Amino acid sequence: MQLNDLCKALDLSVITGDTNKEFNGVYVGDFLSRAMSCVMESDLWITIMSNTNVIAVASLTEASAIILAEDVELIEEAKNAAEQNGITVLSSSMTAYKLCVEIGKFTENAL
Amino acid sequence: MPDVLKFHFDVDGSDFSSAGEASVLVKKKLRQLGYPADIIRKVSIAMYEGEINMVIHANGGTADVEVGEKDITIILKDEGPGIPDISLAMQEGYSTARENIRVLGFGAGMGLPNMKKYTDSMDIDTVIGKGTTITMKVNL
Ligand SMILES: Nc1ncnc2c1ncn2[C@@H]1O[C@H](COP(=O)(O)OP(=O)(O)OP(=O)(O)O)[C@@H](O)[C@H]1O
Ligand SMILES: [Mg+2]
Repeated sequence: MQLNDLCKALDLSVITGDTNKEFNGVYVGDFLSRAMSCVMESDLWITIMSNTNVIAVASLTEASAIILAEDVELIEEAKNAAEQNGITVLSSSMTAYKLCVEIGKFTENAL
Repeated sequence: MPDVLKFHFDVDGSDFSSAGEASVLVKKKLRQLGYPADIIRKVSIAMYEGEINMVIHANGGTADVEVGEKDITIILKDEGPGIPDISLAMQEGYSTARENIRVLGFGAGMGLPNMKKYTDSMDIDTVIGKGTTITMKVNL
């Protein structure tokens, strides 16, 4: 599924990075060592963690994008790290749950 | 003696924000070298968890990665406090991470279990008050 289309459908803000790419699954969670083993390549990762370590995990797992829920802001240092590593970071005012529901609907429509 | 590719990193224990950089670099290298995705994933997870542990529990250390013909070896060496009870530390969910670290997303108590799960062998050599050396191998 196209990340661009999801951004439009859910009105996600692009904090940094390219949205012209595909995504597969979704993982939700804030503990880094759990995300490390559960985020699969090309997944979206929904979290409220916004420090630089999140960028390293997204880079290592090759997540398609990070979605920051509840309007969490990315600190400047993390934004720079995301730019350097080519990580896409999106944000939304929705909670993680609401994001999942909406992504679920989007995914069903896309099939 | 077949060619062995070696990488060495000093892991800074004072800077949480740069923790994971060595792992990201190794991952990029392995990708350039064309290793399969599942191997890269295993090495990335194992090395990241070990690197982070040195930063948050042991005030930093060194990371050495040796890419051989049969396997990739990751050696993480620190001069931190050591691990008093290895079998307890290996349990999923066990963590001594303090609140200031937990708010950053660390402390699930999944690092060591991940290292075990994603490698083919893992050896912990630890001495209280002296430090810890963890050697992991991922078979190619
Ligand atoms: N290099 C080390 N030196 C000293 N103690 C360590 C070291 N690595 C791990 N430990 C101890 O083992 C415990 C478990 O480690 P583990 O990586 O599984 O969890 P964590 O680091 O606390 O949390 P997480 O990895 O999920 O963020 C740690 O809380 C710490 O007490
Ligand atoms: Mg850990």
